Amino acid sequence: MTKWYRENAPITAENLTDEWMRLKRGSVTRRHFLGVTGLGLAAAVLARQPGLFNSAAYAGDLGTTMSLATWPNYHDPATFEAFTAATGVAVEVNVFGSNEEMLAKLQAGGTGWDLFVPTNYTISTYVKLGLIDPLDMSKLPAFSQATESARFTSEGAIDGTTYALPKNWGTTGMAVNTAKIKTKLTSWKDFFEVAMTEADGRAMVHDYQLTTIGNALVSLGYSFNSIKPEELAKAEELLIKVKPHLYGINSDYQPGMRATDAWMTMCWTNDGAQLNRDMPEIAYILGTDGGEIWTDFYAIPKSAANKPAGYALLDYLMTPENAVKEHIANGAPTTDSRVLALLPADVTSNKIVYPDEASLTKLEFGAAVTLTDPARAELMARFKSA
Amino acid sequence: MPLTPDRKRQLVTAALVAPAGLWLFVFLVLPFMAMVVFSFGERAPEGGYQAAFTFAQFANLPSRAAAFWNTMMIAPVGAFLCLIVAYPVAYYLAIKSNPKYRLVLVSLVVVPFWTSLLVRTYAWMYILGSRGIPNLLGMIGIEDVRLLNTPGAVLLGIVYGYLPLMIMPIYVSLEKLDRRLLEASADLGAKPVSTFFGITLPLSLPGVMTGVALVTILLLGEYLIPQLLGGGKVFFIGNALVDLFLQSRNWPFGSAIAVTLVVVVVIVLSVAMRVAWKVSGSRQVDLV
Repeated sequence: MTKWYRENAPITAENLTDEWMRLKRGSVTRRHFLGVTGLGLAAAVLARQPGLFNSAAYAGDLGTTMSLATWPNYHDPATFEAFTAATGVAVEVNVFGSNEEMLAKLQAGGTGWDLFVPTNYTISTYVKLGLIDPLDMSKLPAFSQATESARFTSEGAIDGTTYALPKNWGTTGMAVNTAKIKTKLTSWKDFFEVAMTEADGRAMVHDYQLTTIGNALVSLGYSFNSIKPEELAKAEELLIKVKPHLYGINSDYQPGMRATDAWMTMCWTNDGAQLNRDMPEIAYILGTDGGEIWTDFYAIPKSAANKPAGYALLDYLMTPENAVKEHIANGAPTTDSRVLALLPADVTSNKIVYPDEASLTKLEFGAAVTLTDPARAELMARFKSA
Repeated sequence: MPLTPDRKRQLVTAALVAPAGLWLFVFLVLPFMAMVVFSFGERAPEGGYQAAFTFAQFANLPSRAAAFWNTMMIAPVGAFLCLIVAYPVAYYLAIKSNPKYRLVLVSLVVVPFWTSLLVRTYAWMYILGSRGIPNLLGMIGIEDVRLLNTPGAVLLGIVYGYLPLMIMPIYVSLEKLDRRLLEASADLGAKPVSTFFGITLPLSLPGVMTGVALVTILLLGEYLIPQLLGGGKVFFIGNALVDLFLQSRNWPFGSAIAVTLVVVVVIVLSVAMRVAWKVSGSRQVDLV
């Protein structure tokens, strides 16, 4: 095989600039760029020298695709496009409506996820079942423990080993279309009463045992996490009484709220912020009688097919400049003070996203036991089939 | 040793049946056996399956009685509604339509299958939602009508989704109908109505039975339509199964329900087919 004499020669400065511009425009993949410029080889050699490249995660072979399991309306699509442009790895996104479903898929095996988004109270169960890996922090230089708020991030580590890094925190409140509902709601007690009266046929609850049963418990004056049989029985009685008045039992409530088919719903912070941004008449309210406060994390499944890419995306998302765009898009509050400092004032002053400390005091983090408690699962089945 | 013609024919038959047989064994019989084994097990503390031998899962079946009941009600009702809508369409296609356009018209029945049922059901969500029909009704003064997330919407979705499966077998049996019988009936002075009930309908019964059986069986496992158009408030056995495997991760109980469902379907269908044979007086019933 013959070769043109220049083929193995080092790239000229002019060609390097050309190729760089092509890469930036997205005309060529990063892999092509690294190949033709010889930078790939250089990077691979340099990466073996610790400390030379701080983004160590990008150094290995990342493949061309990876898979992320997350929640609906939870990311800025531009983030993944930018990640693909920077690394050559395309991100396939799967969305789920409950932690139970994510756990079920991982328990059954063969998900192909390289990164997923579990909520705080599930992490200990994933660790116990051996479904997630301890994180290799040397591959995540962008993460900074010192700037994280321990209140929201402590459940990512178990016995000093870090298994998951925080994505954002949030609350579970109620979204109310104030153009349709005149009653001023302030508590979960109000929510269930209005659902049976003024919002008859127009209220939604989640298709998710944690929040639907939890908020019913709160409205009756019990703990969000209760598994006491007599308290669960009371919550069941309330839910079954409310059911004929409900518009739907569904965790994907944005379409219904936006079409004004539904007038109020149980709602997560980020959805509340998105709904309120587009339809100011939709208010987001935290229960004065309690409810849920939560943190969503990123974790890497033990069964991940492309762990290098999982680490690379995680590190990318932990970089404040990237995270800030995510937070502006999805409307959930950050756990990282570096990101908070970069956020525009209209986001940080949004009371939906960053509520007053006083309104959070009654809220509870979900408890691990609710994830696996058979009594709550059966209650939910009876509620849905009633 | 030379093969006798008989032996040769058997070998050819075996070779032709083997791929399908192997397929069914690996993807139907083996999983079903696994399900039967699971149904006697226990739920592991964190969910999933843990080996045991207990009848507890089957004893717990009454806790999903409501879902069984809803399914057993909606399946025949849905099939019957499909039949009422499908029969005139099939009749028109097979008997009344211009033969020149028949192929085009029949293709139109099948065209919706080119798009996934999921997408078409989502389309119904928008048609029935506030911005669809209720919005139009609002313009003529009928306010705040709610169509989506009602049992009616579920029935509508079912009839829409399964209609082609009912039209096709009826169309096929009507198309085979010997037109001379209709002429003879008319010549002998029968009115169109008595010709229809005396000749056309009985002769198309095999197609009707096939269509009803097909739609009923599929409806017994339906999950998507009640989920999307019923707003999660209409709970079928298919929804119960999805929740048991994907939410509470109670594989043994889910397996017990699935096994029971299969047994119930087989019994119901065998009885229905026997009745159908008696009624139609022939053994021409396809399927089963």
